Amino acid sequence: MAGDELLILFNYLNCKTMIPNKFDYHRASSVDEAISLMAQHGMDAKLLAGGHSLLPAMKLRLNQPGVLIDIGRLDELRYIKKEGNELVIGAGATHDDIAHSAAARSTFSMLSEAADLIGDVQVRNKGTIGGSLAHADPAADWPAVMLAANAQIELRGPNGARTVAAADFFTGFFMTALEDNEIITAIRIAEPPKGTGSSYQKFMQPASRFAIVGCAAAVTVDGGVCQKVSIGFTGLADGAFRASNVEAALTGKKPTEENIAAAAQLAGEGVMPMSDHFASEEYRLHLARVYAARALTAAVR
Amino acid sequence: MATTIQVTVNGKVHSHEVDPRTLLVQYLRDVLGLTGTHIGCDTSNCGACTILVDGKAVKSCTMLAVQADGCEVKTIEGMAEDGSLHPLQEGFREKHGLQCGFCTPGMIMASADLLSRNPNPSEQEIREGLEGNFCRCTGYHNIVKSVQYAAKKISEQEKVAQ
Repeated sequence: MAGDELLILFNYLNCKTMIPNKFDYHRASSVDEAISLMAQHGMDAKLLAGGHSLLPAMKLRLNQPGVLIDIGRLDELRYIKKEGNELVIGAGATHDDIAHSAAARSTFSMLSEAADLIGDVQVRNKGTIGGSLAHADPAADWPAVMLAANAQIELRGPNGARTVAAADFFTGFFMTALEDNEIITAIRIAEPPKGTGSSYQKFMQPASRFAIVGCAAAVTVDGGVCQKVSIGFTGLADGAFRASNVEAALTGKKPTEENIAAAAQLAGEGVMPMSDHFASEEYRLHLARVYAARALTAAVR
Repeated sequence: MATTIQVTVNGKVHSHEVDPRTLLVQYLRDVLGLTGTHIGCDTSNCGACTILVDGKAVKSCTMLAVQADGCEVKTIEGMAEDGSLHPLQEGFREKHGLQCGFCTPGMIMASADLLSRNPNPSEQEIREGLEGNFCRCTGYHNIVKSVQYAAKKISEQEKVAQ
């Protein structure tokens, strides 16, 4: 259920008070402690970071964990730094941290653009990138950007650490490659080659500010030709995805208005679009073509 | 399983045992009696419950009281000092930034976050800074003027202080 639908359900149920079910609360003092607490409590436990996806779901009783493990205070997860030719974002970095990070902006401007378009100031002050990726709302902004940035997502669990490419991480409707008792620790994004531009463009639901369609595009232009094109979509289907057909249509071509328009026309082809009372399937597909063109145009500007 | 929390609210330290599911807004309103913070939509859309936690605007309906343990909280009740209104409160009065007043505490607290980051915001920046706060009366124009009034007043006060 996408974030917007929570609100509709709330209105439908005509709820008067919204208090989560009872749960036990633990504040983890380290990532390792959080992992062992998860192992101890099993499927009944949920991680709480900023809480801006989990708490609304708990207030609607859509999610009723018996144990909350608070990782929101872990400094070891809250950082943004350059490491060699990589940008490393701790999973506990808030959207606001990323929106104001010069390191993030200089790696891919779409990172700061997307961060700045998430929810509103209050939401950005609390919500974290790790929480958003783990939640994998089909209308969330970060998944599209992670796909276009070819991000590597670092996970840690009882059996140690592993790294999953963004393209393999998002597996469907609120589904990820996270296994039981695993936690996202960081996101690694390789510095793109010279001549790379990027942009995130989003058509948002005006009250919730979730994406109806969001498109992240990164384009590397060398010798006047698009050498590498990466495009991620959110909001359009039941999960974020790479638009490899649009990427292929522009790769090897000059970044002209005509070429971008022709490639963007392919956006949404073969996709089963979501539909709700904000936007029909047909309208979402139309938006996909329009926002692909806008993101690509801004990326090569 | 009750959890003990210690929270500094408007400069005063409070310590209470709370059920972990207690929302911060409930704690402020029902335990501390600070009813200036309003519950509007209860879904983190409308911003009526906005307060400052460690100087940053958050929606207190989407935060647990236990998450505020050890934090500095500021609510609308903590804005006036020594009996004189905060420049933002004065601005909302002078520029008619409210009609029914329901959204006003949240508007003022969100504006406080905005002015702490950007003491001289443009009209556009004020509108963007308040995008998480809904007002169903004013059409926002006078709210923008109220924040501009406060920004000017604060910068004048700082000049005098220097």
